[in-house]
Amino acid sequence: MSAIIELSDVRKSYGTGNAEVHALRGVDARVDQGEYVAVVGPSGSGKSTLMHILGCLDLPTSGQFRLAGEDVSEMTEEQLADIRNRRIGFVFQQFHLLPTLSALRNVELPLVYAGVPRDVRRQRAAAALERVGLEHRTGHRPGELSGGQQQRVAVARALVTEPALVLADEPTGNLDSTSTQDVLGLLDDLHDSGRTIVLITHEHEVAARAGRSLVIDDGAIVSDVPSARAAAEVRS
Amino acid sequence: MSWAETLRTSLEAVRAHRMRSLLTMLGIVIGIASVILTVGLGQGAQKEVRDQIDALGRNLLIVSPGSTTDSSGVRGGFGSASTLDLDDATAISDETVAPDVADVAPVATSQAPVTVGDTNWTTQVSGTTTSWLGVRARTLASGRFFTQSEAESGASVVVLASDTAGELFDRGSPVGQTVRVGGTALTVVGVLEESGASSSGQSSEDDQAVVPLATAARLTGTSSTSLSTIYVEAGDSTTLSAAYQEVQALLLNLHGVGSDEADFTVSTQDSLVETANSTNETMTVLLTGVAAISLLVGGIGVMNIMLVSVSERVQEIGLRKALGATPSSIRRQFLLEASVLGLLGGLLGLGLGVVGALVLPSLIDQTVTVSPVAATGAVVTALALGIGFGVYPASRAARLTPIDALRSS
Repeated sequence: MSAIIELSDVRKSYGTGNAEVHALRGVDARVDQGEYVAVVGPSGSGKSTLMHILGCLDLPTSGQFRLAGEDVSEMTEEQLADIRNRRIGFVFQQFHLLPTLSALRNVELPLVYAGVPRDVRRQRAAAALERVGLEHRTGHRPGELSGGQQQRVAVARALVTEPALVLADEPTGNLDSTSTQDVLGLLDDLHDSGRTIVLITHEHEVAARAGRSLVIDDGAIVSDVPSARAAAEVRS
Repeated sequence: MSWAETLRTSLEAVRAHRMRSLLTMLGIVIGIASVILTVGLGQGAQKEVRDQIDALGRNLLIVSPGSTTDSSGVRGGFGSASTLDLDDATAISDETVAPDVADVAPVATSQAPVTVGDTNWTTQVSGTTTSWLGVRARTLASGRFFTQSEAESGASVVVLASDTAGELFDRGSPVGQTVRVGGTALTVVGVLEESGASSSGQSSEDDQAVVPLATAARLTGTSSTSLSTIYVEAGDSTTLSAAYQEVQALLLNLHGVGSDEADFTVSTQDSLVETANSTNETMTVLLTGVAAISLLVGGIGVMNIMLVSVSERVQEIGLRKALGATPSSIRRQFLLEASVLGLLGGLLGLGLGVVGALVLPSLIDQTVTVSPVAATGAVVTALALGIGFGVYPASRAARLTPIDALRSS
């Protein structure tokens, strides 16, 4: 198995002097291709900071982060934009769809920045929407869709570039229980089809769907255990 | 992201916020429209002056009594006597002394009431020679001009300008009718065609009674040969300046004065156009300055709204960056959006200005000329304003970090 994520002694601090805050105090972790990993922790534990670093939205203060073999630690802002575009599919708690664009246009957005020609883009975006079961909603704007449907559009957007890593940050935080099951089921399907998924959450029942849980507290990983589901699979 | 994609995104953003875009553009629309109108008014006024002065006659020199010099103000003749007389005119028409002069028309004018039956009309009575018609480039609407023998004998004949004829004769041809000036009865032999100069200004061109010089002297009861103007026609435009020199030198010599003591003024059409335009230009520069300030304010308005738009769309910017937008592609997006606003504002302003140029003349009796150069310049200026005032908001947008941008919800 090749590693998608390799973190070695990753530290992140904000501010200087007395006001210095250590958000991450030396994190080592490895996620292999095809894994479904949950990062669990209470608020203020440093999981958001970790998510930013894993998403190449921010750089570690020290330590090394390799994403799919590429060392991210020293990249410029332009290079980070490029690696985000090629390697990562984001699913956010607030969906973050552009309200003026149709579902199809939202899904094709990452391909626009990748410079994919328009007709190819259309085709791939339509396929991604079909994958999440929204082929009949391609022309609808986010405002015309339910929360669950919006998050499925966001999942389609995360898939469309065939990224090495799908990074889901509290993807069910704004959803009712039915939609939550819906979206988690979608992530299960993705995992089953071989995608690498990192799910950040503070809910243990959500984390239970993942194969492995990284528990983070006070800026460090305090446990790295197989999830309940993995345990259940072992039992059965 | 390619330029075409960026342009599409920018156009969509402008369309998505129609009302805001419209209000943003308003400043530029008004600024551009007022620039087009002020420049148009200035050019219209200049064209009008040029037309009027051209209507005076071609290749014309106008010799008028008195002169303005820096030190002594107006230098006139003694009392009210003119410093020009018939001898001057005769001398100028001498071919050996002034070979570049084609023709000369001396004119002596006075105001007098002209009556027909009960109708009384006070107009300018111009005494002149038969050359007048050609030199002033006038034509007759009906009848004929007075003849050489009538001119020499001081016959009781008159040629009426079109407005004068209209005032005195309600209907029927004035030709052959009799008008009275003072106690003298004059036979109308012809009516002049309209001068072509527009109604505003130079109105006396179409309101006068033209009589032989000798007749004019008889009407005013003086035997004086003093003239109010000598019109001199040069052979063609190339000999105009030569004719100017000859007339100037000849009159200085005749009057026995140096050039800095000249008691007459020789003006050309160009110098008249220049004088008239210098006033207009001052106005145009002033008004254009005001319009330019309104454009500046419009540009600042664009910057203002673009900054609001950037802070309103922080999340969109963050998302685009998370999905792979580089800082430069975000900068390009907002810069293009500002340019689109500027360009649209410019085009709308041009439209408004053109509509104004069509409507205004009927309201204020003033020609407004919208030249393609001014129109293109205005639109380019608006585009430049959009780009110029879009730079700062665009770089603000480009500098936002994706985390901060996504977090703000």
